Amino acid sequence: MDSELTLKDVHFRYNGKWCLEGIDFELTRGEIVGMIGPNGSGKSTLLKIMDGLLKAQKGEILLLSRPLSHYTRADIARHIAMVPQEATFQFPFSVFEVVLMGRFPHLGLFPFEGREDQEIAHQSMHLTGTLDLARRSIHELSGGEKQRVLIARALTQKARIILLDEPTSFLDIRHKVEIFELIATLSRTQGLSVIIVSHDISLAAQYCQRMLLLHRGSVYKIGEPAEVITADTIGKVYQCPVFVDKNPISKTPRITVLSKTEEGKREVPH
Amino acid sequence: MRGNNEDQRITPVRVITTGLILSGILLVIILISLSLGPARISLKDILAWVTGYKSVDRTAWMILFKIRLPRILLAGLVGFALSLGGVVFQALLRNPLAEPFILGVSSGAAVGAIIGIVFGLGFSLGVPLLSFMGALFTILLVMGIGSRYGGLESSALLLTGVIVNAFFTAVIMFFIATTSDSRLHSMLFWLYGDLSQSRYVQLSISLPLILLVSGIIYLFSRHLNLIVGGEDSALQMGVEVEFLKWISFLGISLMTGMVVSFSGIIGFVGLIVPHLMRMLLGPDHRLLIPASALGGAVFLIAADTVARTILSPSELPVGVITAFLGAPFFIYLLKQRGSRWTQS
Repeated sequence: MDSELTLKDVHFRYNGKWCLEGIDFELTRGEIVGMIGPNGSGKSTLLKIMDGLLKAQKGEILLLSRPLSHYTRADIARHIAMVPQEATFQFPFSVFEVVLMGRFPHLGLFPFEGREDQEIAHQSMHLTGTLDLARRSIHELSGGEKQRVLIARALTQKARIILLDEPTSFLDIRHKVEIFELIATLSRTQGLSVIIVSHDISLAAQYCQRMLLLHRGSVYKIGEPAEVITADTIGKVYQCPVFVDKNPISKTPRITVLSKTEEGKREVPH
Repeated sequence: MRGNNEDQRITPVRVITTGLILSGILLVIILISLSLGPARISLKDILAWVTGYKSVDRTAWMILFKIRLPRILLAGLVGFALSLGGVVFQALLRNPLAEPFILGVSSGAAVGAIIGIVFGLGFSLGVPLLSFMGALFTILLVMGIGSRYGGLESSALLLTGVIVNAFFTAVIMFFIATTSDSRLHSMLFWLYGDLSQSRYVQLSISLPLILLVSGIIYLFSRHLNLIVGGEDSALQMGVEVEFLKWISFLGISLMTGMVVSFSGIIGFVGLIVPHLMRMLLGPDHRLLIPASALGGAVFLIAADTVARTILSPSELPVGVITAFLGAPFFIYLLKQRGSRWTQS
């Protein structure tokens, strides 16, 4: 009923090897889900499955209660947008031009954007705080500005679901926080459902309502951040000893990575 | 700085206006080029004859329409095709240094042409036919080797192109080294681009293909914009990336092979005209594709006019002129915007 995207027992095999096995997941309207897991655990593959870019060999994927396979590619792009880790534009498109490209799946055979399309692009730039950058070349932007422009492009797609694949990897802490703040605001005000892949576990825990921990192609644990992020689960899945306590301000789980020498002392924190 | 209501979109009106302006420039350059040559025929006379204002001078009329006009039109068509090929390859390969010859088409065409010359075939159709067969063979070879699991991967294509190019260059050198009579002169002229053998029949053969390919490519101009920003994003938004690559590489290479078989290898057109137009008009392919194609026609007609008049009565291969102009311009571009090109 309220489900935006549903995955039922999804399996995906590549080169004879199972990359994803028995994934069950449901995304509800307006929530932010953080997807975490070690390198190679299948996070990017799962995002591509959700977006219909890869086809699951087994299982069912429903977008707004309809099988994803019943949608055309453009149909999917009108519902789901993807924000990549980084985008390199080989030629100096202006920020406005890049954002306007988000209208692609909405245009028919006539290959030009109309006034409404321009309005939507302006609205997206307004929401993401990129209006002042409109005339700048995409080449002149910093990493954080560029991510905001890519999010603006995703909004211009008028998608109700946004998938972000490690959008904060190349950013410093200020810009990392900025991106998470922006996503939280958009989710609240625009009713967007968001899945964000991140290696910043503590930061993601501050902004996500739910976390999905992926381990060797299966869901190891899913639930509220405090349920998923424990010294036990993170330590096992990442094979790296961690200490977990509460962020003193947000009260969300916070992880501290332990070095080999510190590992024995973890029972006596404070 | 920027008002909210200001329209920054690419509109059909903008595309048509730009097209009309460039077509006007093209017409002017054609008229100027018609009037230039060993026999002096004034622009005023030409206009008077064409409009029926003055009775025609038979000899001058022959020179204009049997010798100069087919050459000018072919130069325009070749410039149009090479420039269009350059724009599309630069977008698809996401490489600003790409040109229509980068997949080895020109060297395949050259081997064919040189074999034709060795066997003493005619320049209006015999040599072009062998040359086109050489180009076709190269396209199939490069795309065959460069495709993996049915997909065309840019780096695999580029590498295959480089290798095939190196091999065919060796074949060309072999023929040059073993030829000593007047055919050697023909070979060298062909290798640097020679439009002196232009015939109307060549125009009527190449025009339909060029129109067909440019029409199809233009339908995908919006798609090319997205590909410049990365194949994954383009795929996500509904661009059929693999289909577009197959159809474009094949279409452009066929078109390039066709024009090269008539004109020989004319370098730099496919490189500098697209860059110049991108500097003037921005990178949006809906505007860039028609502008580059028309700009390429203007540029090559101008270059060929210089090639056939500067040392009159003898002639230079037009490739010499395009390289003279192109190489310094390119170094200038590299100095100006080098950091941006190498940015990853």
